[in-house]
Amino acid sequence: MSKASPWVFLPLVAFVALAVLLASGLGRNPEELPSALAGKPVPEFSRPSLLNDRTLTEELLTGRWQLLNVWGTWCPTCYIEHPYLLELARAGIPIIGLDYKDEDAKARDYLAEYGNPFREVIVDADGQLGLDLGVYGAPETFLISPRGEIVLRHVGELNQRVWDEKFAPVLQQAGENPGVAP
Amino acid sequence: MKPDVMIRIALLSLALAAVPAGAAIDIYQFDSNAQQDRFHRLTEELRCPKCQNQSIADSDAEISQDMRERVARMIREGHSDEEIVGFFVARYGDFVSYRPPLNAKTAILWVGPLSLLLLGGVGIVLLVRRASREAEEDDQ
Repeated sequence: MSKASPWVFLPLVAFVALAVLLASGLGRNPEELPSALAGKPVPEFSRPSLLNDRTLTEELLTGRWQLLNVWGTWCPTCYIEHPYLLELARAGIPIIGLDYKDEDAKARDYLAEYGNPFREVIVDADGQLGLDLGVYGAPETFLISPRGEIVLRHVGELNQRVWDEKFAPVLQQAGENPGVAP
Repeated sequence: MKPDVMIRIALLSLALAAVPAGAAIDIYQFDSNAQQDRFHRLTEELRCPKCQNQSIADSDAEISQDMRERVARMIREGHSDEEIVGFFVARYGDFVSYRPPLNAKTAILWVGPLSLLLLGGVGIVLLVRRASREAEEDDQ
């Protein structure tokens, strides 16, 4: 071969391109799935309340901006998250609980012991309402608009950092109470 | 016992131990074998959202049990396969299906390997041609 053609660099270039592509994937959390229901209305449901004799329907999630928090006494992260939910409730953010795949008695004890941040708690013992919502674990928190549409969904612990990053800006933009200030 | 026999036995027992401890066994009643077959096919095709790489047929996760339950219910209610897969994709995204649809986000999965193969093939053809041309020139 008399002169090296520029093509000899092709494998190197291809390697670097592939390395950059793969490296960019390394930092992502594979457990975080896209929020497929964002912008869609909350599915229809009819479930008992944990707190009283009412039967709760999707109408509960209309009329104001509110959070729908999926929790369960079996969920370790929910215990960690709980104080922050209480703080949000004290700051005037209405929160509806969804007691996901849990036992009612345990759930009532939990709320009696740690405090109740929820204005209502939907019982989803068999997890089928959770399935309708695309829940795949707990805790998960949805921000629901007054029209009953899912605006945001957060999988995992809700804390001040997540609140400031994701939830507060949306509420501020809607001219609503942005909850706990950073 | 000869040492190599012992090693073989050890390897064999390891291999047996690695067989997964059986997927969950639930009994679902269907009206027909065709429905039963659809249930098996769909639960093989849907991916457990919690476990990265297991079908809901293989997974013992709670969410997989709930999803199998829902698949069975939707089959009994007369939903089509597309409707059932669509239901889960609407909630969990394309991730949930082991047969991702061809769209802008998944195009690289479908087109990538084929185009790399073509690129490699073209490269080899060019190299071989040049090598033979140089060989001819050397001969002259």
